[in-house]
Amino acid sequence: MNKLMTRRKLITTGLGVAAGASGIALAARLASQYGLIPPDNGGVFGIGETLTYAAQRMLMSHHSLAREFSRSEISRVAPVNGDPPETEVYQRVLHSGFADWRLTVDGLVARPSSFTLEQLKRLPSRTQITLHACEMGWSFIAEWTGVPLSDLLSSVGILPQARYVVLFPLDAWWESIDMSDALHPQTLLAYAMNGEQLPVPHGAPLRLRLPRQLGYKNTKYISHIKVVDTVKNIGEGVGGSNSEGKGAYSWYAGM
Amino acid sequence: MAQLAHVRAVEVRHVKASDSSHSVTVRVTHWITTISFLLLLLSGIAILLAHPRLYWGETGAVGAPSLIDLPLPFVLNVPIRGPGRYLHFLSAWMLVITGLVYVVSGILTHHFRQNLLPDKTHLSGEAIRQVVSDHLRIKRSAKRDAHPYNLLQRLTYLFVIFGLVPLMIWTGLAMSPGFTSVFPAVVSALGGHQAARTIHFFVAVALVVFLIIHIAMVWLAGLKHRVVAMVTGRTASGTDCP
Repeated sequence: MNKLMTRRKLITTGLGVAAGASGIALAARLASQYGLIPPDNGGVFGIGETLTYAAQRMLMSHHSLAREFSRSEISRVAPVNGDPPETEVYQRVLHSGFADWRLTVDGLVARPSSFTLEQLKRLPSRTQITLHACEMGWSFIAEWTGVPLSDLLSSVGILPQARYVVLFPLDAWWESIDMSDALHPQTLLAYAMNGEQLPVPHGAPLRLRLPRQLGYKNTKYISHIKVVDTVKNIGEGVGGSNSEGKGAYSWYAGM
Repeated sequence: MAQLAHVRAVEVRHVKASDSSHSVTVRVTHWITTISFLLLLLSGIAILLAHPRLYWGETGAVGAPSLIDLPLPFVLNVPIRGPGRYLHFLSAWMLVITGLVYVVSGILTHHFRQNLLPDKTHLSGEAIRQVVSDHLRIKRSAKRDAHPYNLLQRLTYLFVIFGLVPLMIWTGLAMSPGFTSVFPAVVSALGGHQAARTIHFFVAVALVVFLIIHIAMVWLAGLKHRVVAMVTGRTASGTDCP
């Protein structure tokens, strides 16, 4: 009797392990097919990242909007992290009042283009009052005005292989977001904050506003946007400077 | 006196009726939860130290009024936050998955009904008086096996499992801009992003207080026996409960 139980237990355990392993393999394949695996999926932490990113991407739809607030809720204090780029090119465009500045859009697009700030401002804009939450713990509410990234991308024509949009600021930094965020209606290339031109510490002339993710994904001082099918061959291949090296941060910051 | 004897008799029967050792599921989930909790605590401290100030409502920053300035340093130039966040969410997944296994199995095996929900024997005036006075005098209850738990243990465990831990997960998710874009009520019901962060902090403190009391009670009950029981499932005969 005892032996029988042991054998039965052994068989069910074996079957359970086999089913579990093939279940995980199948889940991994499906996740990869549906774009549910973040670029920083390596190592032990990659397990948590993949679970978070896949779970949120499955829950979220194109219509799940970050909360918007009323004018009366706009914060008096709007902190920033980090300093404007010290690069020569940034100092030059800053002194020209951003007249020399251009936004280049290239990569997997039908018509690679470049825009002046005035041209961007003439495109249809969106204004939204959202919460900017920093991973450090502070947060503020402000009103941002800018061009929806999806409008800009459709004006240059996205090719079907597009998977990520890479944002290069006027320094050595870079970040990337997936197409779900790039095409989301609240994802803005913001040039104004609280009704005025975007202040330099907040990323003038152009910053990303991505209110479904934390502050550090809201790239400032953008000058180049590149549409790609993979981020594997940019930098360390983990999707952005924030996710590289010592003290790296999650590529996906919706959590 | 006769009543007390009756209570004891019922309890003895209860012990015999239920398996007095911890089930495999309880033991495995207990220790995975322990590891997850310690990792969450450690990484949570790493995250908190970037900005050890608490606020209420949606917003808060240096230069804006705070609710509480914690007596902790602002640690900004040590690269602990990024890895802290990676670790925090990995261990949160560990805790949530383990917790789900525990809760589902606890319902299916009647673990909650048998071992954690107080029954009539615990709720008589005499039994309540007895258990409270034992605890106030830090007196070990008369010889009884460690199972079933007494009333205060049951209520505490239920409060932690179905109160504090779910509140921790709720307030954690309320700080996620991705999650709240799908379920905005999760954060607005709490009073805002910063309110969620503040509640998250205080529930963490409550869980640490629980951990300290839990370890102290296990110590009083006989550390070695209780740890062995939670690892192997065996209870040495004659072990006293806290």
